[in-house]
Amino acid sequence: MRAHEPHHEDLPDHSATEEAPSAASQLFDLRTVIAILFIFYGVCLTIMGLFFTTRIDIAKAGGININLWSGIIMILVAAGFFLWARTRPLAPPPSAVDDDRPPMHH
Amino acid sequence: MILAQADLRLSPNFIDYVLVVFYFVLVLGIGVLARRSVASSLDFLLSGRSLPAWVTGLAFISANLGAIELIGMIANGVQYGVPTLHYYWIGAVPAMVFLGIVMMPFYYGSKARSVPDFLAKRFNRTTQRVQGVLFAVASVLIAGVNLYALGLILEALLGWPLGLAIPVAALVVLSYTFLGGLSAAIYNEVLQFFVIVALLIPLTVAGLARVGGWASLTRQVAALPPGPEQLSSWPGTTLTEIVNPFLSVLGIVFGLGFVLSFGYWTTNFAEVQRALSAKNMSAARRTPIIAAFPKAIIPLFIIVPGMIAGVLIPQLIRLKQTGASSVEGITPNNALSLLMGEVLPNGILGVALAGLIASFMAGMAANVSSLNTVFTYDLWQDWLRPGRDDRYYLQVGRAVTVIGCVLAIGTAFIAGSFGNIMDYIQALFSFFNAPLFAIFILGLFWKRMTGTAGWTGLVAGALSAIIIDSLVRSGVIDVSSQAGSFIGASAAFIVGCAVAVVVSMFTAPKPDAELVGLTWSLTDKDARAGTEPGAHVSWWESPNILGAIVLALVVVLYIIFA
Repeated sequence: MRAHEPHHEDLPDHSATEEAPSAASQLFDLRTVIAILFIFYGVCLTIMGLFFTTRIDIAKAGGININLWSGIIMILVAAGFFLWARTRPLAPPPSAVDDDRPPMHH
Repeated sequence: MILAQADLRLSPNFIDYVLVVFYFVLVLGIGVLARRSVASSLDFLLSGRSLPAWVTGLAFISANLGAIELIGMIANGVQYGVPTLHYYWIGAVPAMVFLGIVMMPFYYGSKARSVPDFLAKRFNRTTQRVQGVLFAVASVLIAGVNLYALGLILEALLGWPLGLAIPVAALVVLSYTFLGGLSAAIYNEVLQFFVIVALLIPLTVAGLARVGGWASLTRQVAALPPGPEQLSSWPGTTLTEIVNPFLSVLGIVFGLGFVLSFGYWTTNFAEVQRALSAKNMSAARRTPIIAAFPKAIIPLFIIVPGMIAGVLIPQLIRLKQTGASSVEGITPNNALSLLMGEVLPNGILGVALAGLIASFMAGMAANVSSLNTVFTYDLWQDWLRPGRDDRYYLQVGRAVTVIGCVLAIGTAFIAGSFGNIMDYIQALFSFFNAPLFAIFILGLFWKRMTGTAGWTGLVAGALSAIIIDSLVRSGVIDVSSQAGSFIGASAAFIVGCAVAVVVSMFTAPKPDAELVGLTWSLTDKDARAGTEPGAHVSWWESPNILGAIVLALVVVLYIIFA
């Protein structure tokens, strides 16, 4: 709901800018990018943690295999974002003839 | 037992570099993909006002979690311990909630495109231009400081020469902001938020394990100067350097918690812009409140690493014991990188490095994107070259991105030769927030306040802040620099209000019809809330409920860390 637009006499006219066509609704889903980042990081770190961690590495981190734990948690986070993007997809753009986008949920 | 080394140089290996490069491939990819959503200047400069609340909320906090902030706060954690939390709790959360609940309806509802644009509507064009110019200059300088600090880090940690690191970093930021505008900047800020969390949490967990757990940490911290005060947040006398506990509490609550904090959060356009790009009023109002949640929790993962570094790194231990300002060239500012090298193995180290570099770049990107909007709309379209069609202003926006980044490179190299001056400039510009906040608040609740009072209050308040600052630095007013900044901001606020009141008595205000939606008394409740009367709103969609929850959270945290 908009606030009532006050009438300004001494201010410049922004209507050309406000009425220009907008493509902003076509912005892609960020959640997928976040998921990609964490899946890549998670897998790399888990592999590092399983096969390439020395006893010195573990001692530095106070006895915790921090690569392994961080890797596993990141994979879970990535899964979370994938799920979220799946179950609540972005609304399709209003005018576009968009093919196989799932229907809007909220 | 592992003994701590103190070589500043990190030793990233191939995997670490792969992780860093991958991050930046995604960052540039976001820029390229976001390009497709830009068809107008509004798309480029304000994301077409289309973003969901969780995105704008995380971008809001991320724009503030810059690397200078991270490094500085960890350094404070080394030196002062738990009282540093004040900067995040009382020094931020109330102001953020206030911004969302009280001020956002006016910012967003007025369809102002920037803070100066709002000033033009509420006051007059002179006020818009004064604030526009101040903000543009500040943005370029601060972007340069960010860039310079990044160059120093890359040089110290990875051995890159400054002449290479600075332009390369600027080029990365330029690429994605030029292509995708504010949307690219905001999306990357959200990404950066997660990478920073991926840096801080493992660092804290590994560090705590290394020093033997929380109880062991607190024991070791209390055993070093300045003693057990480092474990309780009140009265925070070591932080404020005000010896009298009552005055120290007053300084924290009024100076930090009110004037400095409200002055920054409610008027800083680099922050407010993130909320203005939200898709509706409810999302805009919830943006700073959603941001307040991580703002309240994340400091635990910033202060604790600082405290850990203070008891783990030999040079820092000696620094605290002797009270020296540096030991073997190492200062508390090195704490973050030293701790990273000390407890993190290769692998997670790469993630941490990506987070650190990203936070510097995002700081610069936030400044460039807000500079962009203010310059293109407030200075160019509304003053110097009005009346063209939108395509022209879109191109201006792109041009300003390039010029802004180039200027930032220039100021970055200047900052190199005059390190202290940049500190000084940053402090100064923080003073300009207080009078801006003064005229905002006065203008919001007192419709009689006139246009002329707007810019005269602004200028008068800023001048008094500069005068007080000089008096404190030269020692004429004999207080610590912290107390000095509290006094300066308070004075700027009071003088700004006083001058605005006096000037309003002698000048004519705008008619009420022009002030609807811009002042409290002339805007009806539903317009402020942005809801249909009687509509059902779930708890997570209600700014009031979310605000109450986060404030309660801060109270609980304070009780735990009292």
